[in-house]
Amino acid sequence: MKLEDLKQRPAGEPMVWLTAMGLALGTVMVACLLWVIFVNGITVFWPKPVYQLELDANSTHRVSAETNVFAGAISMDREITGADDGTREYQFFVGNKDIYGFMYKFVPHADLVESDRTKLTQPTDIMVAERLEYGNAIFYPVSMQLGTNEVLRAETPDFTTKLYALVEECNERRAKYTALEKKDIGRINHAIRKIDIQIKALTADKTTKEVQADAALSAQIDAKEKEKEKWNAEYEILAKQAEEMREEQEKNSLTYRLVTGEEKTLPLGDFVHIYQPNQFGFGDKVGFFVSQFWGFLSENPREANMEGGIFPAIFGTFVMTVLMSIAVMPFGVLAAIYLREYAKDGLFVRGVRIAVNNLAGVPSIVFGAFGVGFFIYMAGGTIDRLFFPDYVASKVPYFGTGGILWASLTLALMTVPVVVVSTEEALAAVPRAVREGALACGASKWQTIQRVVLPASAPGLLTGLILAMARGAGEVAPLMLVGVVKLAPELPIDSVAPFIHLDYKFMHLGFHIYDVGFQSPDSEAAKPMVFATTFLLILLVVVMNLAAILIRNHLKKKYSTSAF
Amino acid sequence: MTTLMSEPETQETSKPQPAGQTAAESTEDKAVNDSETLIDVKDNFGFNYGSTQVLFDLNLRIPNRKVTALIGPSGCGKSTLLRCFNRMNDLIDGISHTGDITIGGQSIFDPALEIISLRKKVGMVFQKYNPFPKTIYENVVFSLRVSGRNNKALLDETVERSLRRSALWDEVKDRLHESALGLSGGQMQRLCIARAIANEPEVILMDEPCSALDPIATGKIEELIDELKTDYTIVIVTHNMQQATRVSDRTAFFYLGKLIEYGETTKLFTNPQEKRTEDYVSGRFG
Repeated sequence: MKLEDLKQRPAGEPMVWLTAMGLALGTVMVACLLWVIFVNGITVFWPKPVYQLELDANSTHRVSAETNVFAGAISMDREITGADDGTREYQFFVGNKDIYGFMYKFVPHADLVESDRTKLTQPTDIMVAERLEYGNAIFYPVSMQLGTNEVLRAETPDFTTKLYALVEECNERRAKYTALEKKDIGRINHAIRKIDIQIKALTADKTTKEVQADAALSAQIDAKEKEKEKWNAEYEILAKQAEEMREEQEKNSLTYRLVTGEEKTLPLGDFVHIYQPNQFGFGDKVGFFVSQFWGFLSENPREANMEGGIFPAIFGTFVMTVLMSIAVMPFGVLAAIYLREYAKDGLFVRGVRIAVNNLAGVPSIVFGAFGVGFFIYMAGGTIDRLFFPDYVASKVPYFGTGGILWASLTLALMTVPVVVVSTEEALAAVPRAVREGALACGASKWQTIQRVVLPASAPGLLTGLILAMARGAGEVAPLMLVGVVKLAPELPIDSVAPFIHLDYKFMHLGFHIYDVGFQSPDSEAAKPMVFATTFLLILLVVVMNLAAILIRNHLKKKYSTSAF
Repeated sequence: MTTLMSEPETQETSKPQPAGQTAAESTEDKAVNDSETLIDVKDNFGFNYGSTQVLFDLNLRIPNRKVTALIGPSGCGKSTLLRCFNRMNDLIDGISHTGDITIGGQSIFDPALEIISLRKKVGMVFQKYNPFPKTIYENVVFSLRVSGRNNKALLDETVERSLRRSALWDEVKDRLHESALGLSGGQMQRLCIARAIANEPEVILMDEPCSALDPIATGKIEELIDELKTDYTIVIVTHNMQQATRVSDRTAFFYLGKLIEYGETTKLFTNPQEKRTEDYVSGRFG
């Protein structure tokens, strides 16, 4: 044999490279996507330094008509669109929307005065405040009014310590009255709503009944009205407490001056958090980052979802996905067992298989429409008619409207094919020898499936669940039709009996992204929220999948069929 | 081995005791008489997968409490016949048969017979050890659990008795509640035997039980078969001629779905009556 023959390459080597490239391309795309979302989503919470800068006298990019000075944090530094000479511009977050009317301002580098162009000035005592309304403010404090007559000037040595302590006090009080309004007043509202519906139903009855029945009905209505009054009295007491606390929030106030000269006085209760970012060391920055991130995770949204946290959306997404899993697993697994183990192969079974596989390709909005028609109007309407006649009579739908139950069931329906297909595969993968072993022991077919086949295919079943969750948790379109709302006043699980409210509308991360990103008036301000929410949605899906994968690995270890 | 054999087996009293059982093994080849017969394949038994006939005109009697080996080249139908005895072939669509098989005088094709009760009477050990993905304990008591016997004392007693009987007890008694899949191949096969005898069957069918095992594990299984035949009727399919001579009392040679020769093992191997048997056992084909 000649040496040249030995050197010959094996056939098909370029194909190996092609396959590797395919994988590499896919990996790079996914990695880029995740990186962009991660970086943009996470940097939102990192404190940025605030600069005080001056514009050239003839600049057209003034923040205030009065002066060339302005203050802000850099949110972007980019090449000016359409400029070929590489001139750049900053995007400044200037805040103070209540005074300026905008929160972001583009300023070309060239418009800054000479000294600021080379080194941006960071005044150490400038303050940034997160407020309940109008977003952040950037300012210098002037004075604090304590009560009606005491005034504390900003030059006083312990001014900032005092200010922070008072803001903290306000936060605690706010947490208290929010809890009061949410829990106790919520419970009363619940009861009153129920009575209202009963009264409405009785009144509707009255108009249709004969005259002699009227007296009895009126008595019933009166009794209900009395009950309602009792609740109302209780409500008044609690509402007064809450009102007192709210008034307390207004007692002290802060006067501050913007760098552009405007002054404003706000009650301390309107501030959430005041800080001086230019004085932050690294440790402070980390602490700030953690508290901001935690606030985002655990708080309710404010100002039309543009500020505050997204807790209700995270919770809603989670509860919906869990409910969906609970609905889809038994349904899909049972269907797959019949299809794989019992059904005789024939035209019908083949038809069912094709239908199931095609179902996986149906656009999700179709499922949404089906959910409205079937679940809400048919199933929900029937439940209302049969079990909640009061609601029907008062024309308030109970289950006959979008809610977390119907949303979960709609998604369950959508993900059934995924579960059926993967369960079938898992069942098929259980070795024939194991089934025969069970049958030879005198087990019936069902006992074989239940005691041997299902445990052995449990990891495969969980793979189906993981795929279903991944598809279900990220779905938005059908949810918009069956129960997702922009802002849900109450969580689907709370401390008011019966604790799990399947009829409640709910918030969802996917819909939240759509709402904040594309329905909000200020797209610039929405951008960081969108990134952060997207990041959390991905995180939530990953966490839920990881949990399922951990369970699957545990099961795999337990049922690993290493013998085969 | 001898110690185990001398142990009295009280459970056996309920079993039918054919009169001829006490007769010592004869060196003379003779037919299995009526009283010795446990499994009777009769009336020219034939078996089809769909339109393909795989067994033709079989008539053979398998004696009680003996080891009967079924040998023959691949595809000769010996496994099919074995799987007829516990109707394992029912899993396959489109099967049919002619003739009859009786076990203890009862036709196994009787429509009134519950297939589950048949399988409780006729245990099976497979070619590839197939323990369930459960603990050793649960593997052994599986047949009791599926018949609804969940009494803890009974289960414990069954586990110990079956594992002792299959010579596995000493090796696994400290890890009964660990996964059966952690055992070695030979141990798993002995566990499968323990599982088969937990139900106190009359017959144990073995479908090439040693083909996936190394020589040492094979030796242990063969020893075990020898011990088990005092209490059970064993039918074993094997490709290994030496194994057939070592473990079996009677041997049936199949070729292309037909029974060519059936008789006492020593006779069949040393003095075959048929040319094809001689060719096969001497290794000239197959």
